[in-house]
Amino acid sequence: MFERIREKLEILADAAKYDVSCSSSGSNRKNHNKGLGDAEGSGICHTYTEDGRCVSLLKILLTNHCIYDCAFCVSRKSNDVKRAAFTVDEVVSLTMNFYRRNYIEGLFLSSGIFKNGDYTMERLLNIVKKLRTEERFNGYIHLKTIPGASAELLQEAGLYVDRMSINLEMPTELGLKLLAPDKSHEDVKAPLGLIKDKIQQLNNEKALIKSTPKFVPAGQSTQMVIGATPESDKEIMHTADHYYRKFNLKRVYYSGYIPISNDNRLPIIGSQPPLIRENRLYQTDWLMRFYGFNITEILNDANPNLDADIDPKLSWALRNLDQFPVDVNTADYKQILRVPGIGVTSALKIVQSRKFGRLYENQLKKIGIAFNRARHFIRYADSPLQLKEFEGGHIKNLILSESTSKYSKQATNQLSLF
Amino acid sequence: MKLYIFDGSFEGLLTAVFERYQQKAEKVKIVDSARYMPDAFNEAFSVVSNDVKANRVWNGLRKKLSSSWLHDIYKAFLSEQAEMYQYIFDFIRYVFDNPKGAEENFGNPVVLAVAQMSRKVHREKHRMEAFIRFQETSDRIFYAHIEPDFNVLPLISDHFKKRYADQKWIIYDLKRKYGLYYDLEKVEEITFDFSQEMSPALNTLPASVLDEKEELYSILWKDYFRSINIPARKNMKLHIQHVPRRYWKYLSEKQTF
Repeated sequence: MFERIREKLEILADAAKYDVSCSSSGSNRKNHNKGLGDAEGSGICHTYTEDGRCVSLLKILLTNHCIYDCAFCVSRKSNDVKRAAFTVDEVVSLTMNFYRRNYIEGLFLSSGIFKNGDYTMERLLNIVKKLRTEERFNGYIHLKTIPGASAELLQEAGLYVDRMSINLEMPTELGLKLLAPDKSHEDVKAPLGLIKDKIQQLNNEKALIKSTPKFVPAGQSTQMVIGATPESDKEIMHTADHYYRKFNLKRVYYSGYIPISNDNRLPIIGSQPPLIRENRLYQTDWLMRFYGFNITEILNDANPNLDADIDPKLSWALRNLDQFPVDVNTADYKQILRVPGIGVTSALKIVQSRKFGRLYENQLKKIGIAFNRARHFIRYADSPLQLKEFEGGHIKNLILSESTSKYSKQATNQLSLF
Repeated sequence: MKLYIFDGSFEGLLTAVFERYQQKAEKVKIVDSARYMPDAFNEAFSVVSNDVKANRVWNGLRKKLSSSWLHDIYKAFLSEQAEMYQYIFDFIRYVFDNPKGAEENFGNPVVLAVAQMSRKVHREKHRMEAFIRFQETSDRIFYAHIEPDFNVLPLISDHFKKRYADQKWIIYDLKRKYGLYYDLEKVEEITFDFSQEMSPALNTLPASVLDEKEELYSILWKDYFRSINIPARKNMKLHIQHVPRRYWKYLSEKQTF
C-alpha cells in the first residue's frame, strides 16, 4: 500500500511538472469556517526545486492515461511510460496532509484525458468538491480545464476552485496542428471565454446582489511551449498580448521545451532547453503588464526577436535614445519607469522623494536603482556634464563590460566550486 | 549628547521618545540596557517603560503615518539591532518635527534605513511562513522549531492562526527561547525546556513522540520534491538564491537521510 502510493506520486508528479504555473496568489478565499487553510492574499513558495522553480502547490495529474497523442507531451498515448491513476480519496488525503505540515499552499490538479473530456472533468470535480465541502479546505486550488468538457461541468468546478487554466500549448495554430493534429486553439478559446464571461457576469451582479458566490477568484491563465516549433518571439508575444486582452488572463506562462521525444518534428533529446529565451519572454511579459509598454514597441516587423545578450528594456532604450536622458528630478513617473535599471519600486520612491529636494547620485544608489546601467539614460542633481553623445552600440558595450550577466558564460548547468 | 538607556522593549523605545520631548533634549543616543556599557563622557538617563507615555507617542504617530508605516516601524524594531533602535528613534522625531508626508522622503537616510530594515524583517517573516515544516506528534499537535534572524514570531502568529484554525500547533523560537501555542481557540506565548533528545540542529522530533503517519508524509514529500525537478534545467545558483543554505535545516526535503 505504502509503496504503491509512493510510486503513483512519483509517476503523476513527474508527468505534471511540465506545467510551469506555480502561482498561489490572487485569490480572496478566507478561512471562514474554522476549517483548514486560507488562500487570501499573496502566494508563498514553500520550497524551490534544484532547477530554481517555485514549489507552491501539490502539482499532480489525476492520471497519465491519455487518449491524445500530442507529440510534445510526455503522457502522449504512443509514449512507452508507466501509467498510474490516483483515487479521489488519495488526492484529497495527500492535499490535506501536505497542507497541514505547511508543505504547500494548495493543489494544482490536472489530468490526462481518459475516455472523454466529460468523464475526466467529472472526476476532477469530485475531488475539488470533496475538499471544499467535506474536508472544509480553504487552501488554493488550481484546476486544469479539460478540453471538450461540457459547460455545466466547467461552471460547477468554477464554484470550488481559485484558478482555472487551459494551455494553448503552441504559440500559433499552425504549430499546434503540426504536433497535435487533434487539437486546435478554438478548443482553448471556448472554455476560456465561458469562464471569463461567467466571472464578468457575477462581477456585474455584485453591484446589485449582496452575496454572489465565489467563482474562480484568482482568474485564468494559460501556457505556451517555446522552442518546439519555429515561431518568432514576435508571434509568441503578440499571441500572449491577444489572450491577455481578450480573456482577461491573469498570467501567460512560457515553457521552454524540454526534449522528451525522438519525434523528428521536435528538437532532439539532449539539446539544451531555451532558458535564456524563456527568461527574455518573461521580461517582455512584465514590461507589458507593469511598465506600460505596448508590445509593438518591443517586438515588431523590424525587430521580430529579442536580444539574447541584453534584456528587452535595455534593448528598447538603445533603439530609442532620442527619448533619453530622462531627468529623474522632473520627468513623469511613466518616463522614469522606462529607464533601464529602474524598477517599479525605485521609480515610485524617486517621485515621492524628489518632492523634498533634488535627488543626487548617492541617494539614487541608496534607493536601490541599478546605477551603472541607469546612469547612461538619466540626469540627476549632480550628473556630470556630458560633452559627447554616445551612440547605442557604445553604451551597450559599456554596460556589458561592467556587468557580469548570468548569461555571459554559456549556460553550463554546473555549479562553480566556490 | 545625552545617553538614553531603555529596556529593549518597543514600549520602552516609544517612552524614550516621550522623555526626549519632555526633557527637550537635543542630541540623544539610544541604547538598550543589555548592550549598555558605562561611558564616562556622556550623561546617562534610564528610561522607565510607561504605558501611558508610549501610547501618547504611538497615537501621535497614528495621526501622521499610514498604518503600513506604523507596521514598518514595528517590523524594523523586531530586527533587534542596536543601530536600528537609533534610526527608529530619529525617524519618529523626524516625523513629529516635520509636516505630514515627510516619511516619503527616501532621500533622507533615516527614512530609508527604517524602510529597508522593515523590508528585511518582512522577508524573514515571509521565509518563516514558507519554510516552517510541522511534524505531527502522537498527541495531535503540529510542532516546528525555528531560529529566525529576527524576532518574527509576533509577525507570523496571525498567519498561522488563520490558516491552521482546525489543528493545534506550536512554533518555537530556539534562539529567543519562547514559542507560540495555538489550542484551537487562541494563540499563547509559551516557554519550555528542551529535552536532550531534541535536536536544535534539525527541525525534527524524536520518532518516539511522533504520530505514526508522520514518517509516511515526510517521505512522500521528499519523493514529490525529487519527482518535480527537471534535471535538464538544473540551476543550483538560482536554487540557493531562493533557499539560502542557512534555512536548509528546516526543510525535510533538503535532508538526505
